[in-house]
Amino acid sequence: MTEKKKINLNRVPIPKQTPELRRRNFNEVALGYTQEQAFEEASRCIQCKKPSCKNGCPVNVEIPEFIEALHEDDMSEAVRILKSKNSLPGICGRVCPQETQCEMTCALAKKGAPVAIGRLERYVADWERAHPEITDWQKKRTKPNNRKVAIVGSGPAGLTCAADLAKLGYEVIIFEALHVAGGVLMYGIPEFRLPKVIVQGEVNYVKALGVEITLDHVIGKIATADELLQNGYNAVFLAPGAGAPMFLNIPGENLSGIYSANEFLTRTNLMKAYLFPEYDTPIKVGKRVVVFGGGNVAMDASRCALRLGAEEVYIIYRRSRVEMPARAEERDNAEEEGVIFKLLTNPKRFIGDEQGRVKAVELYEMELGESDESGRRRPIPKPGSEFIMDIDTAIPALGTTPNPIIPSTTKGLELTKWGTVKTDEATGRTSKEKIWCGGDMATGAATVISAMGAGKRAAADIHAYLKGKTSLSCIK
Amino acid sequence: MYQILAREDLTPNIHLFKVKAPEVAKKAQAGQFVIVRSDERGERIPLTIADWYREEGDVTIVFMEAGTTTKKLALLCAGDSLLNFVGPLGRPTEVEKFGTVVCVAGGFAIATIVPIARAMKKAGNKVISIMGFRTKDLVFWEERLASVSDELIVTTDDGSYKRKGLVTEPLKELLQNTKVDRVIAIGPTIMMKFCSLTTKPFGVKTIVSLNPIMVDGTGMCGCCRASVGGETKFVCVDGPDFDGHEVDWDLLMNRQRTYLDEEKKSLQLWETSLARR
Repeated sequence: MTEKKKINLNRVPIPKQTPELRRRNFNEVALGYTQEQAFEEASRCIQCKKPSCKNGCPVNVEIPEFIEALHEDDMSEAVRILKSKNSLPGICGRVCPQETQCEMTCALAKKGAPVAIGRLERYVADWERAHPEITDWQKKRTKPNNRKVAIVGSGPAGLTCAADLAKLGYEVIIFEALHVAGGVLMYGIPEFRLPKVIVQGEVNYVKALGVEITLDHVIGKIATADELLQNGYNAVFLAPGAGAPMFLNIPGENLSGIYSANEFLTRTNLMKAYLFPEYDTPIKVGKRVVVFGGGNVAMDASRCALRLGAEEVYIIYRRSRVEMPARAEERDNAEEEGVIFKLLTNPKRFIGDEQGRVKAVELYEMELGESDESGRRRPIPKPGSEFIMDIDTAIPALGTTPNPIIPSTTKGLELTKWGTVKTDEATGRTSKEKIWCGGDMATGAATVISAMGAGKRAAADIHAYLKGKTSLSCIK
Repeated sequence: MYQILAREDLTPNIHLFKVKAPEVAKKAQAGQFVIVRSDERGERIPLTIADWYREEGDVTIVFMEAGTTTKKLALLCAGDSLLNFVGPLGRPTEVEKFGTVVCVAGGFAIATIVPIARAMKKAGNKVISIMGFRTKDLVFWEERLASVSDELIVTTDDGSYKRKGLVTEPLKELLQNTKVDRVIAIGPTIMMKFCSLTTKPFGVKTIVSLNPIMVDGTGMCGCCRASVGGETKFVCVDGPDFDGHEVDWDLLMNRQRTYLDEEKKSLQLWETSLARR
């Protein structure tokens, strides 16, 4: 580059289905850049000498490099650069919160117009899927090193760890409890945000690296982590994902018509209840749906409810808009589609009909008091503000507590006071030799990309241990 | 895919599959269940493990034709395969030497009670079993349950075979006349409810095996939640066995009825599509 590039602050918007159209279908909301749009956006990258965007990426993607290759129309090279660090770019390009990661640390972020790194990542990944013949080189397998690693769970953490280890020559077997691979990417995140063909495409890439995925295997039941080690595996990486859904602990919450967000999303996404009765799994939404919570899962559930035919969908959140943990983009998408936000409101009890179906919820208003330990202002009930709302379906989306199956069957695996597995963040080591852990099981509910980062760090540490570069395989 | 090694029709609409699943067979214990899916569009349904052969590597399940999934399963023969077969799930039934154990089963749950009765007997208990059916034609496994019990009482609702009446009647008599240390009751929800009501005045601990609707079966979705002793429990990981005196039966039955309309619709569609073939 001979002269300093002129800074362009016109971030290219991504085309989307209109809200009126998309609120009634399960097709993807964001349509992706055209080639022209991608080139234009890529040209905005100023190719910093010391790129800070990379530091914002939990898997350290070579961001300026892949953008440059894209800009020079060397797509195969862009794919190679991207995939050398990230095995799941089509997924990350769609669901990573780039605004708090790479795009936040982009040099142009200070000017209010960071390069749309996520959209470009998605463009490269989608290009690759459309040109499988060109990227055949990826299917070349590494020479086996005769070491075997078992991975529990085929979500983002498990897939990333598996891909990295397979690239290093390990024999990797993933054990998945459900009937398809992908974990939360399949059962949790809806089709309109992350199409399942994209997920399966990236799962197939991981398989093409030599990773074997064994479905229908609940580790802790069919075999314990200890038994895996006894049966010839040199290391085990635990990444079983989010656990048991939390409920509100208020009267009436077991009435029928009250779904955890996990159940509502699993029925919809994994079991394809939106295609009932062609698919056998049913779901009931009725006319008025209320979703409790302010995170991404609440947004997903409310948007699914709209698409399943609900007339009115409410998000009920006890704090105000600024405290909502959901990504701004998802919150705005939900609002554009017609989800009604009832903020500073909290449920007191559910009311059922003679058949034990929920028919109403009693709510009360809140106001914000002093800041709590999370730094957010604590909501306080407003006395005498109770009111009753008729509803057909309620969906608490309040997060999860760790699933008990693995902790209760792995002797000597230390847990934190929250029930998550005690883990060294930098390496994923647990209190037990040769067992690593990452993803929601170690951190509690978090993002896809942070789970991927944990998978990557564990793979590196497992490799260091099995290559004899460190003698440690657990927290001391 | 999990191959069906053998099929047996216990009654016209109760069927037994012996399924090849060596790893499940190796770990299965009395009281546990599997999640089964018949085909790509199928539902995930829980079925109790009726028996297992560790050496041969097979697991026996017994099911009654009721909804779409079980009707689909009923079309499969030996040599066909199940698409998914996940287990063994849930906690095993608590088995130890209690003294005298009464095992009560109704309808197709006879298949579930056999391994439990067998384990109880092996643990040194005196096992008295009660099996109840609607009518004579539906009776199965009488000898099998007799072989693992010290005493066996058979009832039919219509009196067409052995004792006329419901299982709760001989259960009550046993409680009045014998020192019973534990009761295990498995069958339709309504039967388990009434067995629990029968034993409650006698203060005899009564274990029931709950059968709510499930999706994943691994504690992830909370569909199977039940209220036990005032607390919300996930039947798939906390159960399926619970103290029958603590279960909120009406709530369980309401939740089981959540999709009655949809189940009817799904079944109609399936039967129409079968007729067209």
